Amino acid sequence: MKRLLALSMALAFAAAGLARAEEIVLGLSHDEVAITATFTGSDILIFGAVKRDAPIPSGSSLDVVITVSGPLTPVTVRHKEWRYGIWLNTEAVMVDAAPSFYAVATTGPLREVLSETEDLRNSISIPRAIRSVGASVGNSADYTEALIRIRAGEELYQVLEGAVDLEQQTLFRTQVALPANLIEGPYATRIFLTRDGQVIDSYETVIAVQKVGLERWLFNLSKDLPLAYGLLSLSIAIVAGWAASAAFQGMRR
Amino acid sequence: MQIYLPIAEVSVNAFLLLGLGGLVGVLSGMFGVGGGFLITPLLFLVGIPPPVAVATSANQIVASSFSALLSHLRRKTVDIPMGVVLLAGGLVGSWLGVFVFNLLKSQGQVDLLVRLCYVFFLGTIGGLMLIESLRALWQVRKTGKSAPRTKHNWVHNLPFKMKFRVSGLYISVIPPVLVGLLVGILAAIMGVGGGFIMVPAMIYLLGMPTKVVIGTSLFQIIFVSGFTTLLHALTNNTVDIVLAVLLILGGVIGAQIGARLGARMKAEQLRTFLALLVLAVCAQLALDLLLRPTELYSIDATGAAA
Repeated sequence: MKRLLALSMALAFAAAGLARAEEIVLGLSHDEVAITATFTGSDILIFGAVKRDAPIPSGSSLDVVITVSGPLTPVTVRHKEWRYGIWLNTEAVMVDAAPSFYAVATTGPLREVLSETEDLRNSISIPRAIRSVGASVGNSADYTEALIRIRAGEELYQVLEGAVDLEQQTLFRTQVALPANLIEGPYATRIFLTRDGQVIDSYETVIAVQKVGLERWLFNLSKDLPLAYGLLSLSIAIVAGWAASAAFQGMRR
Repeated sequence: MQIYLPIAEVSVNAFLLLGLGGLVGVLSGMFGVGGGFLITPLLFLVGIPPPVAVATSANQIVASSFSALLSHLRRKTVDIPMGVVLLAGGLVGSWLGVFVFNLLKSQGQVDLLVRLCYVFFLGTIGGLMLIESLRALWQVRKTGKSAPRTKHNWVHNLPFKMKFRVSGLYISVIPPVLVGLLVGILAAIMGVGGGFIMVPAMIYLLGMPTKVVIGTSLFQIIFVSGFTTLLHALTNNTVDIVLAVLLILGGVIGAQIGARLGARMKAEQLRTFLALLVLAVCAQLALDLLLRPTELYSIDATGAAA
């Protein structure tokens, strides 16, 4: 009886193991980022462990890919050309959904730890994460490249190859630096375990980036009560103008 | 010290913004221009999104203009009746201008048109002013005193005459209304208060004394940019109050300094400096159009493909 139970348990584990031989257990240094008036960016520590019910498979090495993606927004990419003696915007490509922030961190070179098909299936690398459908301009790849180049220059798009530490094929950690010019919203964080370029498990969580305090209040006011907000802006202007004038007048006497 | 701007959603150095506000404030107090043609491109450079930069600089202009206006009122160099007449024309003009703007927007390339408008008007006005004021300066050096500018032209032979005591003018209201109207149209299209067009127009077309022109222009600008600020806050929610406060703090102090500097300078010198400033901005914009940009692509997060 005892042996039967053990056998059935082993079978159950094996069945589970077929689907997920190795599983992700995740931790985050913080799952909320508060944007205050003096916000200068934030470092987020993403760490976790690989849970196994079987010994570490030999023959192939385990890799970890971590992505952090800001809210998706449409973006227009314009191209300048030399026409009539001046430089002007000629063509534009509308990118339907581009992440406002995107970081992909890996344990090794992206192409080695992740196969092309898995990348395509899970939209992991930056070009795959940008969705552009129905682009009417012939060389729309140039526009996507330009978008990535410009955003990478602002540290909004980051490729961090080899930035994930993986210890004894079990414990992994990485740090993602969120820059100061963040847009608020949910930042989807995904972790993929790969072997031989194939994704064997994935895990998804969300880091909430939000304005707080005065920033939050002003932002809401400008949207909810635009007239009051506009009048408030104008009164500040008038009062400040008067105060400076009065102060300087006082100084002269 | 970095500060996160809630509407612009970028983080910018607070002292840099104070400095920018101060610089534009000095110019505003000295020349009676709102400085919109200067602060808006500067804010683009700092990384503020264009819609926020345009709306917020209008708010800042209200503050620095009001501060400078108070100094001018004390010195009695504001022609309020003239200001009201210009304003009446200006409001009708900006309403017409918004209409023209939307018409052009539906045709595309409005961005380019605005730039060309800038280059053309800044270049023409700056060039003419520079020639005139240098000639005047040269005259002062030769004869030792300011030569009176030609007071009589076609402007003075129209009906509906009105007395403008502070300006020492007895002219028809038609030219000021037309000047206001024209400036209003241009201001709405170009997204500026229009001081840099208004000031030369008042000096050369209406024949007003330079010192009165500045105070009167400020008077008119406050209303136009106040109206613009409200409009932006209501329709686009693009006024960033934190950005505005920083620019205003610098701006109002700068405006006071500017008004004092301006009072000490000769009218001819004042006009020469303004002309040079206008030409400098014009050259900058023209170079942008003529030189090959380092990055041929630009991104626009609002997503509306024009």
